[in-house]
Formats: sequence, C-alpha cells, structure tokens
Amino acid sequence: MEPIYWPSFLFLLFSALACAFAIAVVVSTNIVRMALYLVMSLAATAGLFFLAGADFVGAMQILIYVGGTLVLLVFGVMLTSQERFISMKTSQGELLTAGLVGASLFALLVWAAWSVPEWRGLSREEVAAIPVEPTATPIGMGLLGARVDSVNASGYLLIFEIVSVHLLVVLIGAAYLARAKRKRSVIVE
Amino acid sequence: MMPVLLAELLPLTEPPGVRHFLVVGAVLFVCGALCMATKRNAIGVLLGIELVLNGANLNFIAFGSPYLRNDAGTLGLDGQLMSLFVIVLAAAEAAVALAIALNFYNSFNTIDVDQADQLQG
Repeated sequence: MEPIYWPSFLFLLFSALACAFAIAVVVSTNIVRMALYLVMSLAATAGLFFLAGADFVGAMQILIYVGGTLVLLVFGVMLTSQERFISMKTSQGELLTAGLVGASLFALLVWAAWSVPEWRGLSREEVAAIPVEPTATPIGMGLLGARVDSVNASGYLLIFEIVSVHLLVVLIGAAYLARAKRKRSVIVE
Repeated sequence: MMPVLLAELLPLTEPPGVRHFLVVGAVLFVCGALCMATKRNAIGVLLGIELVLNGANLNFIAFGSPYLRNDAGTLGLDGQLMSLFVIVLAAAEAAVALAIALNFYNSFNTIDVDQADQLQG
C-alpha cells in the first residue's frame, strides 16, 4: 500500500466540495440557497486553482467572483425576492429531459478527457522536480506586453486595453439600465 | 476491473493529472448548463452562467499548469491570463444581466423567465 499523496487528497477534497455544491445549485429550488451554494462552489474551485499552481488566479477568483460578482447576485436576489419568487418549481418532465441531456453530455466530456494519454498526469518524482515559482509577476508583465516566462509568447497589452474599455462601457451601461425611473409604466399582463 | 477504474478516477497515491481537472470542469459545466435550462428564476439562470464560466476557467487553468501533464504542450501562462480575462468578463456580464433582470422585474412585476414572451412570434 503506497502512502497517501497529500496534494491528491486536497484535490479530491476540493473537487468533491465544488461538484457537490454545483449539483446542489441545480437541485435546490430556493433562490437564496442557490446563491449560497454557488459561493461555496466557487470558493472550492479557487482551492483547485491553488493546487494547479495558479496562485494569482486563485486569489482573483476569491476577490472578484466570491467577493464581487456574488455580492451583486445576492443583491439581485434580495431586490426581486417576493414571496412567490423565492421558490419556483420546474415541471418533472423538463427535469427528466434536462437530466438525460446533461448525463449524456457529461459522459461525452469524461470520455474525451480520458482518451488523451498525455493528460494522464505526472509521477511524484517528476512533480517534485518542477521548481515552484510565483505567477503574479509574469502575469503582470504579460498584461503589460512583456512575456518573461517564454521566448515565443506574445504579450496581452491590446486585450488588456480592450477589457479595460469594455469594463467602463459595461459600468455606464449597467448604471443606465438600472437607473431609478421617475415615471414608471407598469405593464400588467 | 472496478477497483482499478476507481483508483484511476480517484488519484489518492498519485498526483492528479489534467484529466481529473477536466472531469471536475465537466461537472461544473453540466451543472451550469442544466441550471440555465431548468431554472425559471432569471437570477437562477445567471447563477448557471457563472457555473459554466467557472468550469471553462478550471479547464484553462488545468491546461496551463506545469504540474499536471508530461509533455511540452501546456498552455503555460496563457491559460492563466485567459482565465483572468474570463473572470473579468464574467463580472461585467453579471452586472449588465442583473441590470436587465431588475428592469424586467420593475416593468413586469415578475422574475419568471417563462412570462417574458412579448417577443414571441
């Protein structure tokens, strides 16, 4: 019996948490609980990012996703949570169809993941031989257009600028869309 | 047969590989897609979109990690940069979609996407 490889144990722990809470998001009918489960699932995914060596992206996942986006979504839940919208049920037939489609899609994805031999993984000695480097500096340099990690790779300055302008446009658009209207026309169906 | 398969699926004594991360990403993606398809609450559909993007992010990270595969074909730092862009765009998408949902709620007094059928032919 080989000794337990502890990073693998952590991987199994975090992936079990992420998958269980993701399934709970689908199964739950209460919108407030769904938001809570989604927070848990995203936080567990941040743990998986750390395990894969992406420390900066894991930190950003917690900061932006768990800290920012989810607060936004919880605000949306609170602003729209009347009694009759807290828990909305889907019909059984739709759930059955969706489950069948989802199961076949999942089977296809797992089969594809298992069919490539290069994705099998390394041995312990190979993993131990890889030097551990923090990724924040190379990511920052890459966003500013200079790649320090490899010779042939290109920088991301243009995409960085496009994303910045896109964020500004989205900020203005969201503020315009969600503004308080002085005179509201309520359409009753 | 069965214990071997289980040992491959749950790597307790060996380091995990890309394919294990891909399976977790597949679970997140399928859950998100089911959430988008079956939820009647517009905010619930948004939660499903977040799950789908998160699964894609996990795949990017797995393909970019040097610890998970045994050849030179990894994405390297590009995977991490891509997933950073995905995170930022997901935040932007959540803001706009939430504003649309609030507008919908304000004008129709419901958040049920099944009742948004004004554009139906």
